[in-house]
Order: sequence, then C-alpha cells, then structure tokens
Amino acid sequence: MKGHYGEYGGQFVPETLMYPLEELEAAYEAARQDPQFHADLDHLFRNYSGRPTALYFAERLSRTWGGPKIYLKREDLNHTGAHKINNCLGQGLLATRMGKKRIIAETGAGQHGVATATVCARLGLECDVYMGEEDIRRQELNVYRMKLLGARVVPVSSGSKTLKDAINEAMRDWVTNVRTTYYMLGSVLGPHPYPMMVRDFQSVIGRETRTQILETEGRLPDVLVACVGGGSNSIGLFYDFIEDRQVRMIGVEAGGRSTKLGDHAARFAGGKPGVLHGTFSYILQDEDGQVVPTHSVSAGLDYPSVGPEHATLHDMGRVEYTAILDDEALDAFGELSRLEGIIPALESAHAVAQAKKLKLPGDRIVVVNLSGRGDKDVNEVARLRGNL
Amino acid sequence: MTRIEERFERLRREGRKAFIPYLTAGDPTLEITRDLVIALDKAGADVVELGVPFSDPIADGPVIQRGTERALAAGSGLRKVLGLGAEIRKQSQVPLLLMSYYNPLFNYGLERLAKDLAQSGFDGILATDLTVEESDEYSRLMRGAGLNTIFLAAPTSSPERMKKIAQASSGFLYAVSRTGVTGERQELDSDLQDFLQALRKHTSVPIAVGFGVSRPEHVRSVWQSADGAIVGSAIVREIEKNIGKPDLVERVAAFAGWLSHPDEKSLPV
Repeated sequence: MKGHYGEYGGQFVPETLMYPLEELEAAYEAARQDPQFHADLDHLFRNYSGRPTALYFAERLSRTWGGPKIYLKREDLNHTGAHKINNCLGQGLLATRMGKKRIIAETGAGQHGVATATVCARLGLECDVYMGEEDIRRQELNVYRMKLLGARVVPVSSGSKTLKDAINEAMRDWVTNVRTTYYMLGSVLGPHPYPMMVRDFQSVIGRETRTQILETEGRLPDVLVACVGGGSNSIGLFYDFIEDRQVRMIGVEAGGRSTKLGDHAARFAGGKPGVLHGTFSYILQDEDGQVVPTHSVSAGLDYPSVGPEHATLHDMGRVEYTAILDDEALDAFGELSRLEGIIPALESAHAVAQAKKLKLPGDRIVVVNLSGRGDKDVNEVARLRGNL
Repeated sequence: MTRIEERFERLRREGRKAFIPYLTAGDPTLEITRDLVIALDKAGADVVELGVPFSDPIADGPVIQRGTERALAAGSGLRKVLGLGAEIRKQSQVPLLLMSYYNPLFNYGLERLAKDLAQSGFDGILATDLTVEESDEYSRLMRGAGLNTIFLAAPTSSPERMKKIAQASSGFLYAVSRTGVTGERQELDSDLQDFLQALRKHTSVPIAVGFGVSRPEHVRSVWQSADGAIVGSAIVREIEKNIGKPDLVERVAAFAGWLSHPDEKSLPV
C-alpha cells in the first residue's frame, strides 16, 4: 500500500482530497526525477537560504559539561532562522511547476508561516496562513513578519485555537478550493505524499552533516540528537544515517509540566496509535478516541501527533525517544546563550538539554540539530523567567 | 437484508425517494437526540444518520462544528452513541447509520465495534476520513457483523476511484454534491447531474446526495437524479436556533417535514 512506514502513515482523508493528493504525488515523482528541479532547489538553498549551514564544534559547552564533544548543526543560520525554509523552498518550486498560484499553510509558533510567506514572496505566489488565535497572541512578532512579507494571516478561533486547529482549518480550505490551491504542509505529517516529500526536502541536513563531520573528525558521529514536534528537523538529520547502525539517534519530545495527560506533548510516552490529520501514527487521546490538549513551553513541539515515519522508527527501536521538561529546556536555552553566544529556539533547546544528559567519554562525538534561532522566544522566556 | 436495504427496496417499489436527516449525537443532549430520532421517524425520515462527535472535524463547516462542540460538552462520544442506538431501538425501527471520523472507531477496536454496533441496533457505518484503500479490514469486519459499509464519492473522484468506492459500498453510496466542507448553500452545484450520471455507471446500489442540501427545492432537485437526499447542517442549525425551547423536538421535526415534502410550499410553524 502507498505511503506506509510499517503499519503507519497512509492516506486518511475525506474523498474529495484524494484527487489533489494523487495529483501532488504524480507531480512530486516527476520533479524528483528531473535534474533541473534539483538544480533549481540547490541554487535557492545556496544563494537564497545560505546553505550549507555550519557544523559548529561547541567547545566551551563541551568543556563545561565535561562529557562528549558537542557539535551543533546550525540550521538556525538559514534564511528566516530555522530549518523550515528547506521544505518551503522545495514545495514552493513544486507548486510553481504545478501551475498553482495560491498557497495555504498552517503555523503554530509562526516559523513555518514565516518561511511559507517568504517563499511565496520570492516566487510570486498568493499566500494565506492559518494560525490559532492563541498562537497569534503569543507570537506577535512572527504575525507581523508574515504580513510584511505580503501574506494574509487567517485567525482560527475553533477548538484550542492552536496548531492542531490551524491544520483543521487549512484542510477545510483545501477541501473547498482543491482545484486551485496548493497546501504547503510544514512537517512530516499529514497524508502521503507529505511525510515522504517533506522528509526528502529536509534530508539535506543529514547529508551535509555527514560530509562535514567526515571532513573535521574523519568519522561518523556516535550520537545524533534532535527535537521532535511533527518531526521534520529530526527526520532531516536522521534519515541519511538510518543504515549506519553504529550511530545512535535520539528524538526529544516535549515533556511539558508533568507526565499527566494534557500536561505534555510526549506522544511516545503517553499516546497510542490512531488517525489525525490524514495519517496513522501515535496520538495523545482519551479513552473515547478524542484528541486531548497538549502543553509545551515551545509552540513548535505542542502538537498531539507525530510523523508516521517516527512511529515506525520508534517501534523498531532504531531511534530512542525521550522527553525534556519545560524547565530543563529553559535552562538549556540560557546555558547555550551564555556559553556559546547562540540563542536557540525553545524547540532546539530541548535537544540541547537532552545532550547534556548523555554520560559519554570526551572522545565521543554528539551532533545536536540546532533547528532554529531563539529570537522569537525571547519575550516568552522573559515572561517565564523574569529579568536577568 | 439490513433495515437500510429494506427501506430503499420499499421506496423503489413505491417509486419514492429517501429523506435522510443527520444529527450529531448528543447535540444538545443525548436524551434530546433520542427524542429527535423518534420524532424524525414519525415525520418521514427514511434513514437517520447519527454523527459521533470528534475533537477535530476537518470535513465539517461551522454549523456542524458548533453542534460537535455542544455534543462533546454534553459528554457524548462513541460509547454513549452505542447506548443511544439501543435506547432508540426500544421505540423505533427507523434505519440507523453511524457516521464518525475514523479515530474514535479505531480506538474502540474494529472487531468489538462491529459486534456492538449490530447489537445496539445500527444498520450501517460511514467513516468520513477512511478511504477505500485503507478500509479492507474495516469492511470485512463490519460486513461480517451484518452492517452496511457506506463510502463517500466526490466530484473530484476519478473514474477508477468511483469504481472502487462503488464496490466497497453497500446499502447506499454517499455522493458529496460539491468540493468543500459540510454546510448549507443557496444553490446546488450545476455539475451535479454529470457527476451522478458518471457514478451511476459504476453501481446498482442506491445513491444519496449530501453536502449543501438545505432547502425543499434542493431536496426535490436531488430526488430527480438520485435515490435519496441527505440534510445535515440545515437541521443542526434548526436545533441550534431552538436550544432551550420546550418544543425543540417538535420544531425540528416540523422543519424536517417541510424539507421532505418539497411540494408543500410553506413551513408549518
């Protein structure tokens, strides 16, 4: 069957959406086999987004922690400040090839919304971004950035007024305007072919990391660490290393305030298999199969389901999944800022906090994916932690 | 034969068409839904669709979303809806179709669900976001328990997909009148006739049309080219308008009677 990762993935959508999914699948397949598409994407990666991003040895951090050598894959140095642009450039080129003029997207923290609005400005496409009212309130800066870039930000007032509800509303728009509109989904979620396509566009992270670590260290890393919301930055780092069995991989979910249902977004700790937003994966749900509210200090990790490829990597034991609490992430946010002069996104701070917990000798190599920069989170951190 | 199949067979013999109202189970309470089903049966409903409220109804427009929120607030969910079916069966033999998003069904366990649905008096099941490609196990279990499996066909479905959907459907086939979410419309899609003709080539099971059917003239128009008309949002809106009124059930039943008798012009008040 199409688009399955073990028993996970698939296409669980209202019938009306099967037509655009089939159309998208065919268009992506054609693009994937076209050298010109790859050349165009590579050009934008290099000259627009600033790739390859650095693989940086965090010397002071490593020394202070007294454990393994910590390298940071600097996705925060991308144009717009996060890995999200990798996927948006790929999908933007694809939408252009398909002749679509209108783009819709969902956003939580606003990073994917900003990346989408940026690419639409660059490619001359109309752009509507759905965003929960609660997130609009929390992420004022990104809302203004999207508007500056010429996008329309559509407030979503249903449900919990966050990312999950923004996806619901984007899907309702898509099912209505299916013949003219391209849905630029922001993570390795949703029905096939999105999880595969978004992974392919993000896998540049892992390919670069391999080349860079072989150049500097002459060998593969021992451990890869990345945060997992929907799971696109982590799968982007992991994908090229899956066959290298000696490389340990750790995906970090949001542990939130506690392990109580509703207090976190740790799908592998508290969820079970089910269907949300078109794909079969782990979901945080109650005994009636209703999706439950989640909590995380980081809006980008605050989502009740997870990409289906992660679900199968979890079940086969290839990737370990752990959870980091809000407070641990906030500590790591401060520590990386002070020790390396790098303010990480709160999402990425979860991965940094996990790396600190690794008790490994000093000759071991750990790569942490620094998926985004933390400017967007400064106000929230100030609110939570007070004046310095 | 299920009650759904018997009803369509009888209508066919009598040269009539089906009127199929939709209710979100538990909107505004499970007791009122029970009374509504019984009143709709008396008002001429041929099949009643009972929707299981779900936290993330991606295929529904604002009216049914609000109905869903009211039902969830009233504590409704799949287990309660099964109990509701059994309650209804004490007083009515109207054909009952369970409509749900897939997650609550999967979460309950498909094998157990098939058995419990049949025992609770349901005749068929429709999962809004379950495509035919993903439905083998589901259809085997539901049909094994004697239930009809109803699937959606859309105006965007390719001929190959129409064929697959027709093969997977029993009882009737649910034709979505237009692209988009559930909700009322002033006029039905002008391409509807072509779509229904294309669909008809692939199946001999009855075809019922839903999404946007919200006025007596829509019902009449649908009856000219299909076997049944499904009305959802218009009825849920009528419920919403009458919440808190002692005669809510009578008013909604009168509204359904008005919709289902398209040759009588005025709405009895």
